[in-house]
This record gives sequence, C-alpha cells and structure tokens, in this order.
Amino acid sequence: MKRSEFADPFEQARNEQGIGKMQDQDDPVTMVLGLKDVRKCAHNWKTFQSGAKPGRIVVPSEVKIRDTRQIPFEVDPPEHGDYRAIVEPWFKRPLEDEYRTKLRAQIESLVDQVLTQEDVEVVSEFSLKLQSRALTLLLNTPYQESDVWIGWGTHVFRSEGEALDGDKASILYDYIDAQIERAAENPTDDLYSVLLNSEINGRKLSKEEVKGVMILTFAGGRDTVINAVTNSIAYFADHPQSLARLRDQPEITNRAVEELIRYFSPLTHMGRVVTEDTKVCPHGHDVKADSRISLCWASANRDAKTFENPNEVVLDRKVNPHVAFGFSHHNCLGATHARQIMHILLETLAAKVGSIDILNAKENIEDLDQFKRKVGFDSINVKFNPR
Amino acid sequence: MAKIIFITSDSEKIELEATSGSVMELAVQNGVQGIDGDCGGVCSCATCHVHVAPEHFAKTGPASEIEQDMLELDDDANEYSRLCCQIEVSEQLDGVVLHVAK
Ligand code: HEM
Ligand code: HEM
Ligand code: FES
Repeated sequence: MKRSEFADPFEQARNEQGIGKMQDQDDPVTMVLGLKDVRKCAHNWKTFQSGAKPGRIVVPSEVKIRDTRQIPFEVDPPEHGDYRAIVEPWFKRPLEDEYRTKLRAQIESLVDQVLTQEDVEVVSEFSLKLQSRALTLLLNTPYQESDVWIGWGTHVFRSEGEALDGDKASILYDYIDAQIERAAENPTDDLYSVLLNSEINGRKLSKEEVKGVMILTFAGGRDTVINAVTNSIAYFADHPQSLARLRDQPEITNRAVEELIRYFSPLTHMGRVVTEDTKVCPHGHDVKADSRISLCWASANRDAKTFENPNEVVLDRKVNPHVAFGFSHHNCLGATHARQIMHILLETLAAKVGSIDILNAKENIEDLDQFKRKVGFDSINVKFNPR
Repeated sequence: MAKIIFITSDSEKIELEATSGSVMELAVQNGVQGIDGDCGGVCSCATCHVHVAPEHFAKTGPASEIEQDMLELDDDANEYSRLCCQIEVSEQLDGVVLHVAK
C-alpha cells in the first residue's frame, strides 16, 4: 500500500448498520456514518445539540480538562448566529489580495528552504511552521509570535502516549489569557483587540468569551491544517504526475484542493448531545436523550452512494459535495483560510518542486474503538527535489 | 453571449453578460451580494443558492439529485432552487432572472 493511501475503515459498518459504536470515558458515542444521515443530524441542532457541557461534544471528551465554552462551536442557534455574525467578516479576510500575497510569500520561502535540505521531517519542519506562520495572518499578530507556537511542538494538548493532558493544555490557556490582558491594555488591530471591542446584543464580549473564540481558533486550526498539508505532501510524493498536471492545468487547482480535503478529511468526526429519545439513520437506530452521537465527516466523504470511486483521489473531481468542513450551522469558520493555504501550497509545489522522495514514515492511526483510522503521520521524512 | 439578471435580497438588480464558465463564477467575479461560492463550485458549500424565476425555469432546468440533497436541508429552498455553480453559462440561459436566496 502506498504511503499516501488512506483506507476507509467505515465502509462495511456504513453499508450494513449506518452507525458505529465507540466507548469514551464512560460516555459512549453512536457514530453516524452515511453522508445523508450526517447532513440531516448536523442540520437538526434542536435534537443534536452543540451547546452541551463544555468539552462534551469533542471526542475524546474534554469535560475533565476544561470549563471554558468554545465560541461559536459550543453554542446553539439563535445565539450561535449572533456570535458568527461578529467573527465571520474577520474570517473572510483570507480572500483579500494583501493577505494572499503575504501568505504566498510565507509559503514560497518555506518551500525554497526545504528544497535545500537533504532530509525534511514534514510534520515538524514544514507543516507546523507553515500552519503557525499562516496563523499570524489570520490573527493579524506579529510574525515573530509564530516562533512561540512552533516551540510548543505539534501536540499542545498531549504528551507522549497520552490522549489528553491538562497540564499541556494550560500552556495554551495561559498564553491566551496573557494576550487578552495585553490587548485590553494596549489595543492593536489584532483579533484579540477586535473581539474585546465587539458587541453582542448591545454589550461588549467578556474576556471569557474572547478566550473561548481564541482557544477554538488555535485548537481547530492546528491539527487539521497540519494533517491536510502533511498528507498532501505524501500524496504528491507518490504521484509526481499530479504535480506536473497542476502545472499544465492550473485551472483544476480549486478542484484538487477540495478533493484532497475530501479524501484526507482531517477532522474525523465531531460530537453532538442528544436532547430527546430519537432515531438516527434510515435503519432507525435508537439513541437516548443525554447520550452522544458523532457526525463522522470522514466516513460520509467515502459514501459510494454519492461519490464515484470514493477511495481514489480524482484530482479534477467536478461535483464533490463533501462535508470535510462540516455542514449547516457549524460549518468551518476557518475554511476560507485553510482553502487559501492549500491553494497557494499546491501552486507553489507545482511551480518549484519536481518530485518528492519519502525516506521514512510513521503513520498516525486514530483509535475509534470499532474503527482504526489513519489520519496522518506522526512523522514523515522526505527529500524535496527541485524542478 | 448570454445575459443573466441577478436580483439580490436587497432587491438590487444586476445584469451581467458571459459566454462561458459557471453562473456562480460570474456572480462572484462581479461581487453579487449573497453569492460567496466558498467551495469554488464543487457543490459542497451551498453558498451559491438562487431561486430561478418560475417563468425562466425551463432555461436552467431543475436541480440535479446531488444538488437536491444539499438543498433539502436549506430552510430557504423551494422547487425553483438551484446551486448556481452547477449552472453552466450558455446561449440557452439568455435573459434568465435569478433571485439570490441569501
Ligand atoms: C483543513 C482544515 C480544516 C478542517 C478539515 C476543518 C474542519 C472543521 C469541521 C468539520 C467543523 C465542524 C464542526 C462541527 O460541526 O461541530 C469545523 C468547525 C470549525 N472550525 Fe475548522 N477545519 C479546518 C481548519 C480550521 C481553521 C484553520 C480554523 C481557524 C483557524 C478552524 C476553525 C473552526 C471553527 C471556529 C469551527 C466552529 C464553527 C462553529 O461552530 O460555528 N478550522 N472545522
Ligand atoms: C480547547 C479545545 C481543544 C482541545 C483541548 C483539543 C485537544 C485535542 C487533543 C488532546 C488531541 C489529540 C487526541 C489524541 O491523540 O487522541 C487533539 C487532536 C485533534 N483535534 Fe483537538 N482539541 C480542541 C479543539 C478542537 C477543535 C475545535 C477541532 C476542529 C474543529 C479539533 C480538531 C482536532 C484534530 C483534527 C485532531 C487530530 C487528530 C490526530 O491527528 O490524531 N480540535 N485535540
Ligand atoms: S459554490 Fe459551493 S456549492 Fe456552489
């Protein structure tokens, strides 16, 4: 099997049961697997809520390690919409020319750098750097801040071998608290300051709310982008002809970005808390009030009822109704930023890189109880060869 | 060359002309309010939703099954709904009126 092949562990369960079961800290999860069912449950926020106890809709559950509510992620309509209205214009800034120009400069200089190296560990030396530097644009903070974030390593929340680590998470929390205090005393035009100055229903956002937005921006945009970038490098290593194709047919770049994101689905699933006894899926599985389901984006994105050749990367897939960025109310706020990163990355690789050799790779397998899913790499060493 | 008329939710009327590409691309290039085209036209984001004026529905034809699956869960959808990234510009569209959903 090629390194960049990501099998679909959900196929049989999706076709036969429509659901999977996962045990997690005595709070079991019914995983919804089919595309249409995932969409329906995502849309139905009254029965499948996000605004539960903070941390509970995340799998593995984070109720034991945090109390801060993530905003807008752990809020339901109609308040959810009020918060989204505040942050949405800011998260559209990646469409501006100036933003794109800066992002391109960052990515080009990083690619130039790795082209001079014999051996590059992609996760820590490429993707983490790319993600952290790009985040300075999204937050509109000084570029040097990215050195601090890169210094945290890939796992801000987890120590070696441990899924959740409260002490490590506090590094991020303390950092954000300090930044909020700084912005409160000396406002700039960064996201902290903008949020502190924002109003919801006629009052200012509290520091706790600002913290909820900022933590989410760090947490939601970290592993997801790192996996999308790293896995794409592995894909182009196995398929140098695809780099050549993007060079010859740059007009397919957008489709290629969407297809790589569908195929890799960097966020496997996200939970909801059930508010009333009900059923999920056409097969009619019962779920009880106050239990959890999860919306399995990764499984939905391989649903053969909608996607032809779901387990292949079809670089110019024209109709691609994937849910890798979620669906309905909570669809990904960082998607514009993530898409710009991927678009510019593909253009830059096509322009500068001829081929990539994989020297060594250690897969990251997510343990979902009934399913084991490859989501990315713990490490992958490559050599980038210039054109 | 086809003339395509957008009517935004603020009742602004925007007349555009094109020969190729998708209707979503035309709208985004010209800043038509309410059409974002987040996914670039692969039918994944539903930010390009329009209601075709009923008398012009024959010009565009109905939504495909994949579009319908997306629209089914959109509270603003009706029988004349289309995701306009899935409508290719052609002579056949000439004069069509599209009401932007958002
Ligand atoms: C390829 C990269 C990414 C993928 C695949 C991804 C995926 C997702 C998914 C599936 C959701 C829906 C969660 C749910 O329904 O509960 C989501 C929500 C969210 N994402 Fe992303 N994400 C990515 C990058 C980012 C980035 C870069 C940021 C910000 C820096 C970000 C911030 C958020 C936020 C704030 C939400 C919550 C939105 C809400 O609740 O209204 N994401 N993301
Ligand atoms: C305070 C908020 C959050 C905390 C403390 C947190 C914590 C963690 C932890 C501990 C892991 C490692 C899990 C493991 O190895 O078993 C992880 C991985 C991950 N998280 Fe989060 N998370 C947060 C929010 C989010 C959000 C909002 C998203 C997406 C919208 C997200 C997406 C991911 C992804 C894609 C991974 C990668 C899985 C992997 O590579 O193994 N996280 N997070
Ligand atoms: S542009 Fe995304 S669905 Fe039409």
